[in-house]
Amino acid sequence: MNRRLLDIQNLTIESVATRKPVVSGVSLAIAPGEVLAIIGESGSGKTTLGLTALGHIRPGLQVASGRVLLDGTDLLSMGPSALRSMRGRRVAYVAQSAAASFNPSLMIGEQVIEPALVHGIMPADKARARALELYHDLSMPDPANIGTRYPHQVSGGQLQRLMAAMAMCCGPQLLVLDEPTTALDVTTQIGVLEAFKRAIRQQGAAALYISHDLAVVSQIADRVVVLHNGVTQEEGPSQAIINAPKAPYTRTLLSAYKQWAPGTVAAPTATVGSPLLTVSNITAGYGQNPTRGPRVVAVKSVDLEVRRSSVVAIIGESGSGKSSLARVIAGLLPSASGEIHLAGTRLPKTVEQRSKDQLRRIQIVFQSPDVALNPAHTVEQILGRSLALFGGKRRRERGALVRDILEMVQLPADFAGRKPSELSGGQKQRINLARALAAQPELILCDEITSALDPVVAASVIDLLRRLRAERGLAFMFITHDISTAASFADEIAVMYRGEIVERGPTDKVLNRPEHPYTKILVDSVPQLEAGWLEAAAGRRERLLASAGGVILAD
Amino acid sequence: MTAVKPSSAAANLRNAKRRTLSATGVFAVAILLLWILVALFGPFLAPHNEADIVSDANFMRPTAEYLLGTDYIGRDVFSRLIYGARTTLATGLIATLIAECLGICLGFFAAIRGGIVDSVMSRLNDALLSFPHIMMGLVVIAALGSSIPVLIATSGFVYASAVYRIARALAMELREKEFIEAARARGEGTWWVLSREILPNTTLPLLTDFALRLSFIILFMSSLGFLGLGVQPPTADWGSMVRENMEGLGSGSLAPIIPAAAIASITVALNLLVDELSMRTGRIYGRTRE
Repeated sequence: MNRRLLDIQNLTIESVATRKPVVSGVSLAIAPGEVLAIIGESGSGKTTLGLTALGHIRPGLQVASGRVLLDGTDLLSMGPSALRSMRGRRVAYVAQSAAASFNPSLMIGEQVIEPALVHGIMPADKARARALELYHDLSMPDPANIGTRYPHQVSGGQLQRLMAAMAMCCGPQLLVLDEPTTALDVTTQIGVLEAFKRAIRQQGAAALYISHDLAVVSQIADRVVVLHNGVTQEEGPSQAIINAPKAPYTRTLLSAYKQWAPGTVAAPTATVGSPLLTVSNITAGYGQNPTRGPRVVAVKSVDLEVRRSSVVAIIGESGSGKSSLARVIAGLLPSASGEIHLAGTRLPKTVEQRSKDQLRRIQIVFQSPDVALNPAHTVEQILGRSLALFGGKRRRERGALVRDILEMVQLPADFAGRKPSELSGGQKQRINLARALAAQPELILCDEITSALDPVVAASVIDLLRRLRAERGLAFMFITHDISTAASFADEIAVMYRGEIVERGPTDKVLNRPEHPYTKILVDSVPQLEAGWLEAAAGRRERLLASAGGVILAD
Repeated sequence: MTAVKPSSAAANLRNAKRRTLSATGVFAVAILLLWILVALFGPFLAPHNEADIVSDANFMRPTAEYLLGTDYIGRDVFSRLIYGARTTLATGLIATLIAECLGICLGFFAAIRGGIVDSVMSRLNDALLSFPHIMMGLVVIAALGSSIPVLIATSGFVYASAVYRIARALAMELREKEFIEAARARGEGTWWVLSREILPNTTLPLLTDFALRLSFIILFMSSLGFLGLGVQPPTADWGSMVRENMEGLGSGSLAPIIPAAAIASITVALNLLVDELSMRTGRIYGRTRE
C-alpha cells in the first residue's frame, strides 16, 4: 500500500472505570478509494473502533495507547475545534438509524447540504447542485424534488441513502458507515447497498464499513478485518477471508452463517402429525370501525395450518402483518372476522375469553429479549409464575421444576436467582423460551426471536428449538424476516406481503421454485457470499420488478 | 455464549446501586434523621410541655433555662419546636402517603385501562390541577373546619392529582413493553399487572416523587398554619408558630425565626435527597436502556 489515508496504529481503548480493554492493540490502514470492512458481533468493539476514525472516543472510554492518523495527522491529539472542522468535511459518518438522525421538522434538502454550509465549503446554490448529483448517484426516485420533502414522507431505505448523501456532500476522503443497512428489509437492502457501492466508487472516497453480516461485507468491501472481543482475528481481501478463513473465530462465524442459496434447499424430512392450529380467513387490524371492520387492516383473509410437531415459518418484510398474525393467534389482537381452531375446538377471540387450558397450549415468545422479561423479577419468579398459573404448582415444588426447565434451555441452575439485567441477550432469549416451556404448550409462536441476536448465538438458539421439537413434539410458528434461518429450520413456509399470505408450501418448494413474483424478489434479495452477486441480483431485481405486475416494494 | 459472567450493564447497575451517598446526600440524610429522632422522642427531650406557659415574659431572649427564649404568651420556644416537629412531620408523612397511594392507584389504573376511562379521569384531574393548591385547601377547610384529620385528608387529596400524572406517565411507558404483553398473553388480571409487573419497575422514580411531595406538603400545611387554618392552638406546629409570633420579629425575637428555619431545613434536606435519588434514577435507567 503506497499511501495510507487512515492509519490506526496499535490502538488500545479501555473502560475508564474497570480498565478493561474494549479494543486491544488493533492496527489497520485504509488506502484512498478503498473500502475496508470491520466485521464482528455486538460487543466486539467494532463501533468504538469506527468512531475513532472521527476522533471520537465514547464517554466512559479512554485511549490507553496507540495512534489514529488521518493523512498523517493524529486525530486523538486534536483539539475540539480542529476536530469539528475535520468532521463532516474530511471524514463523514453514516449511522444505523437514519430515521433517528434526521430532524423531522426540516426539509431533507436543507439537511443534506447543511454540513457544506456549516463548513463554508460552498455557497448554498452550489451545494444544492451537488446534492442533486448525489441523489442521482444514489438512484433516488424523483431526484429533483426529493430535497423539498420531509423525512416522514420518504421510506426507510430512501432515508438511509439520503443520509449517505448528507455524508458525501462535502466530498469527504473517508466515510464511516456503521451497519447502514442492518435495519432495512432484504428487499430494500439490496438497492441501498448497490447505491452505496456505486456512489463510493464514483466519489472516489474511501470507506470504513462496519457490519456483522458476512454476505453484505463480501459484496461491498475490498478488504475485511475480523474483530472479536476487541482483538483483530484476521485481515485480508474479502474473498480470501470468505473462501479460505485462517483464524478459528472466522471459521465459527462462517459456519454459523448458514450458507444458503436459491435452489439448494433440501426437502424437510421430519414427520409431522395431525392438524393442531387452523386459521381460516382471518382479518384483523387496528382502530375499530364498527361498520367496515378495522381502520388499518394488518392481516387480510389469512388461512394457515400448523400441524403437530411441525415448524411453519412466516416470512415477509416489516409491516407485512407477521407479528399481527401472531398476536391474533395469541388472543392479544381480536380479529375482525374469521376463525381459529385449536385441535378442532374453536378458540375465542381474546385472551380474556379463552380458558386457562387454551392459553396454556399456545405460548408466545417475543422479539426483543431486553423488554420481554420484567427487569424487576428474578428468573425463578418469571418461570415460577408460568408453573403456578398453568401447572397449579405450589411454591415448594417450583424450585426443582425451575431447575429442570433451565436445564432444558441449557442454562445453569444458579441462573434462577438472577435478574434479566444480569443476562446476555442470548441468555435472555433462552429464559423467554423457558417461560413458554414452563406452561407445557403444544404450540409456540416465535416472533422474530433470533433477530436481535448475533449469528453465532442465534444459531445455537435455533439448535435448541430443533432439539425441543424432536424431544417434546412441539410445534412452532416461526416468524422471521431472515430467510436463511427459515430455510434451515422450517417444514413449511408462508410468505406474507401487505397483510396477505401470497404463497404457502413446503420449504424446499417455496424457496427453490417460488411462484409469486414477490416471493421471487424476496428469495433473490438474500445476500450471498460469492463475488459479483450484488450487481447480478440488482439487475435481476429490475427485471423481476418490471415483470411483476402489482408488486411494489417499500424501496 | 453460556458464559456465566454477568453482562456489563448488570455490573453498572450494581455499582450504581452500591455507590454510597455523596457528601450532600449524607448531609441531607443527617438533617432528616435528626428531625425524625426529635419527632419520635420529643416528649422525653422537651424540657416543658408544648402548652405550658412557663414565664411571665413574652418574646424573651434565649437563656440557659429557655434555650430559644419564649413566645408571645411566654411558652418555651425550644419545647414547642420539638413538639412541632412531631405534628409537622407526622401530618406531612400521613398526607403524603395518602397522596401517593391515591395518585398511584388511580394513575396506574387509568394508564392500564386507557381509552375513554383514561380520558375522563385525566381531564377531571386536569381540571383539579388548574386550581391553585392553596385555594383548594382554603375552600375545603373553610367548609369543613380545621381539625388534624381534615387537614391531612385535604392535603393528601390536593396533592394526589400531581402524583396521578406522574404515576400515569410511568405506567403508560411500561405498558408498551413486551413483558406486559407477555403477562396479558398469560391471561393475568389487571391487579397482577399493576402490582407485580408495573409497580416494581417504578419504585425509584416514585420514591423520588415521595420525597419531593413530602416537602411540598409540609410547606402547604405550614402555609395553612400561617394563615390560621392549620393546626389549631395550643398544639404546636411550625407553620402556626411562625404566625403566632410574627409581632416578635420587630423586637428581634427568635420565636418566629426558629420554626421558619426548621421548615426551611427540612425542605432543603428533602430536595437535596431528591436530587441525589433522581440522579441515581437517571444513572440506572440511562445505563440499562443503552
